[in-house]
Amino acid sequence: MHWGRRGAAAADAPLLPRTAVELRDVTHAYGERTVLSDVTLTLTESRIGVIGANGSGKSTFARLLNGLVVPTAGTVLVDGLDTRRQVREVRRQVGFVFQDPDAQIVHPTVAEDVAFGLTNQGRPADEIARRVDEVLDRYGLDGHRDHPAHLLSGGQKQLLAIAGVLVMEPQRVVFDEPTTLLDLVNTRRVAQVIEGLRQDVVVVTHHLDLLAGFDRVLVFEDGRLAADGSPAETVPWYVARNA
Amino acid sequence: MLSLYVPGTSPVHRTRAGLKLAVLAVLGTALFALPRIEVVAAALVGVLVAGLAVARLPARALWAQVRPVWLLLAALFGIHLLVTDALTGTVTVLRLLTLVLAAAVVTATTRVTALVAVVEWLLRPLEVVGVRPARVGLMVAMTLRFIPVVAERAARIREAQAARGASGMRLGLLVPLLIQVLQLASTLGEALDARGADDVPARRPRRA
Repeated sequence: MHWGRRGAAAADAPLLPRTAVELRDVTHAYGERTVLSDVTLTLTESRIGVIGANGSGKSTFARLLNGLVVPTAGTVLVDGLDTRRQVREVRRQVGFVFQDPDAQIVHPTVAEDVAFGLTNQGRPADEIARRVDEVLDRYGLDGHRDHPAHLLSGGQKQLLAIAGVLVMEPQRVVFDEPTTLLDLVNTRRVAQVIEGLRQDVVVVTHHLDLLAGFDRVLVFEDGRLAADGSPAETVPWYVARNA
Repeated sequence: MLSLYVPGTSPVHRTRAGLKLAVLAVLGTALFALPRIEVVAAALVGVLVAGLAVARLPARALWAQVRPVWLLLAALFGIHLLVTDALTGTVTVLRLLTLVLAAAVVTATTRVTALVAVVEWLLRPLEVVGVRPARVGLMVAMTLRFIPVVAERAARIREAQAARGASGMRLGLLVPLLIQVLQLASTLGEALDARGADDVPARRPRRA
């Protein structure tokens, strides 16, 4: 496990193979408030968890990974693509699931919303219809395809939000506290969905149980990377530190 | 329109959205151009047949659209009884009722995306002056999507205020609702970016 891992020399590091997310000396501030300081990381694992207290910088970290936030200083590379200069390509590769599905669902009905991202990509209508059907079926939403999104349960809304991202077949998916608003049953359902993904995932969460079986967990504290290691190493450390 | 679509495969469902909207426009014009009881009554029967028999919509789906204007129609009829006569009042009320029902049939048998596609098609000539029809269509769809979301948040705030002893604070609702809507809008902006809204093609693909 690495504690407070930082790397001043990382900016000079050679380019990585196109299978990694790399943060080089990344700092981000909102005005005068610095929320992430000097983070240098290379993410190659398939299952990565991110934990930390509210305001620790973990959501900003997540947003850096698909260019929703561009660092104030430093560089974020996704498979060699710079999130500052190649943000559209990065967003096609990295899907993002938000904490509140209501803020992510943009169309009034289920199937229309799932089709949204594909429509933006200019896919042919028959391909859109086929992929939407596949995804709705996979996540148990096929019986709701014409239902108004606002009448779905909280768990169904989160599944719809996930389906809307996965239908675009990104190579990676970032989840920002996907289970915070859900009950136990729906938390388990979303956890199963994440577990079954073939994509690499980064999950920001307060539900530490979700991280069992993950390859790596990052712990953020006050905008800095406080710990980095396996769940067995980092989660007990984090719990003890916040006891 | 927020949650009115009733799935189906009837001829009315399969008719192109543009044609349905055009028929609606012609019907509205004709009803006002020919204010005769036999015309209005025939139109009302036609709309009911199209909605209930051809599209096989449940009667409650149509009633749900009439219910909010029922008192208005009754008041309008009452005013006509006082000011004009019963026949004029009947024609006026039936004309509005027919239009409400016709609009309900169109929205109950047409997906929002199909209606939005018509809006985009109508706006296409304005591309030469910089209008982006896909963006306008997206705004229309999002407006429909977020009306119930904002209403739900307003209800939650009202409940929270009531739980803390407040009552009848209409102005007190505005500030927290505005803050929540702005937060929602901020996250929505991020979600649109994340889902490739910036990649909106000049012309959307036609539906299968």
